[in-house]
Amino acid sequence: MNYGPLLFLGILLTLASSWFGLVLMPNKQLGNLDVHTDTNTLAVYPQARNGEAQQGEEHYRSLGCIYCHSQQVRTEGYGSDIARGWGRRRSVSRDYIYNKTVMLGTMRTGPDLTNIGERQPDYGWQYKHLYNPQITSAGSVMPPYAFLFETVKIGAHGPNTNALVLPPEFSVEKGYEVVPSIKARQLVEYLRSLKSSVDVPEAEIKKEEAK
Amino acid sequence: MSASVKSPAVRALLPGDVSPETSAPTLTADIDASCRAPVLFFFVSGLAWLLIGTIFALISAYKMHSPDFLGNCEWLTFGRVRPAHLTTVVYGFAMETSIAVLIWLMCRLCRTPLIAPGIITIANFFWNLGLTVGVVGILAGDSTGIEWLEMPKYSTPILFISYALIAVWAIITFRLRAEKHLYVSQWYLLAAVLWFPWLYGTAQVMLLLSPVRGVVQAGVNWWFAHNVLGLWFTPVGLAAIYYFIPKVIGRPIHSYYLSVLGFWTLALFYNWNGFHHLVGGPLPAWMITVSIVASIMMLIPVTAVAINHHFTMVGHFGKMRYSPTLRFIVFGAMSYTVASVQGSLSALRSVSEVTHFTHHTIAHAHVGMYAFFTMVMFGSMYYILPRVTQREWPSARLISLHFWGSALGIILYVVPLSYGGILQGQALNDASIPFLKVVALTLPYLKIRTFAGVILALGHVAFAVNIVWMLVRVFGPYRKPLQMIISGSEQPAAVGK
Repeated sequence: MNYGPLLFLGILLTLASSWFGLVLMPNKQLGNLDVHTDTNTLAVYPQARNGEAQQGEEHYRSLGCIYCHSQQVRTEGYGSDIARGWGRRRSVSRDYIYNKTVMLGTMRTGPDLTNIGERQPDYGWQYKHLYNPQITSAGSVMPPYAFLFETVKIGAHGPNTNALVLPPEFSVEKGYEVVPSIKARQLVEYLRSLKSSVDVPEAEIKKEEAK
Repeated sequence: MSASVKSPAVRALLPGDVSPETSAPTLTADIDASCRAPVLFFFVSGLAWLLIGTIFALISAYKMHSPDFLGNCEWLTFGRVRPAHLTTVVYGFAMETSIAVLIWLMCRLCRTPLIAPGIITIANFFWNLGLTVGVVGILAGDSTGIEWLEMPKYSTPILFISYALIAVWAIITFRLRAEKHLYVSQWYLLAAVLWFPWLYGTAQVMLLLSPVRGVVQAGVNWWFAHNVLGLWFTPVGLAAIYYFIPKVIGRPIHSYYLSVLGFWTLALFYNWNGFHHLVGGPLPAWMITVSIVASIMMLIPVTAVAINHHFTMVGHFGKMRYSPTLRFIVFGAMSYTVASVQGSLSALRSVSEVTHFTHHTIAHAHVGMYAFFTMVMFGSMYYILPRVTQREWPSARLISLHFWGSALGIILYVVPLSYGGILQGQALNDASIPFLKVVALTLPYLKIRTFAGVILALGHVAFAVNIVWMLVRVFGPYRKPLQMIISGSEQPAAVGK
């Protein structure tokens, strides 16, 4: 192997093989995947996110939620994703066509969030959990995101409608209240938009489960 | 030795700068002297990134079991410190150190004094500039959210320019080589130099500049992320092992044919591995299956390389006591086998069902990047630095402290965390165990990990003190007279090896 050009050629051809097979081919097969329209109801899936939720997706990315939360449900019988209630069917490629950055995740220090919008739609729960996870999930190792909230003096017109209803041991100084910042509101809109319990041809929800 | 070295069969098994009839000590000394500034720049800034990365590592490890720690600071929230840790240790320490090792090995093996040192110096400046912008960007919240590619897109073109300078320099040096015989390390180095820009360029274009749609992103992401390990760090690490083991023990590589087999099977199979990070994920089964098959095929190059290194070393393990280089390199070479076999097995669907999404993967990443690659780089630095600075290592005790801190620290890191990861995976797969119970189960292993991190940090500090001390002797006001190291000589020097 003292012949440079041969070495050079071999080096380029080997990488070219997987560049073709694992980069170009998947892009050809999946890169133009489109929405699915239900022939009976004419419902279109997936739907693009609204503006608030799109902003929230940016905060999810910026705060690095991906390092502890996955967004992919594995098929029934492989792991316990469906048995844990993280989804009613496995995730498919089509679920992600509207994601600006696809954050499938590789870690489950926290639970999977593919369907968190369906599993936990309550604003109050989401805000309290973000403000301090110990309020809703004692023993969690999720960091508090109190910096996404503001502690403000209660105004003359009484408490803000968005203000957090905190249990006594987490309450703030009397006369003050904790309100979510715009970032927290957008992030929760994004979390609430995460749901995939819609039948698609490649993965249908089991009928007995749907009942 | 001189007689046997003339035979072509043996020439193929020895690093190019070994044979006495052509290796005038003055030439090797000239090569080392020409490498001095560029290699030092990359080693020293790499070392600084190692220390910064270690701090990020300790913060994130501690937060993992005590989430309130620094909880009010948005810039230091876990989801930002963790990618900052990865970026600083991988693109800061590991990348810069490997570039320095690559430069020095290229010059030595091509038997060419370093050309155009200015290019390397400029590349070093731009690499550090791009990286600083990138890491600050991550902490400020501009992370791309793509694992192993977190640096925001306003910083990566700077890195690409810097890398291009290194690659062009390496190819020109290769073309100008005075030594016509190509040693196995050069195959790996040339391959790494050519593979990296292709990988990085593809990832930048398809993920950041003009993002592809949907899960294709995840595919490109892991094609890149696995290949940056397999096609940059692994080849540079193996090149160093193939160079330093024969060099230090003064004995040729066991088998030329195993070297060839190991190189070409790695080139064929490694680049198809990436999708095993997506087992069970929302991509067509053929893509994932092809990566699982390729991951198992990796057992061929790994076994070939392991046999080759082991039989070269047989009968010479005692030399590890006197040579820090050999101690670190052999530790790294053995870890390469462990990391690779663990990686191949984890790719299997039945194993991945348990270990995917758990701390087992994190432990595995550290077997590869630390126990293998970083240890090999440390070993290389113990050999190269005395030669380019013409100074001995100031303190043998600090070398010991560094070795044992790193070796024991990484063992204490990976063994409990791998085990804890398996327990975590089994518990996650049992839907009757509440999620918070699974979290509680992992806590002891996470705490041991933080403790192991402290030991690793002590090793790094010992290493840094030794290097700074050495540099003070070179550049400080009270310079010690030159120590006698016959650069490139095959005589065992007590400490510098």
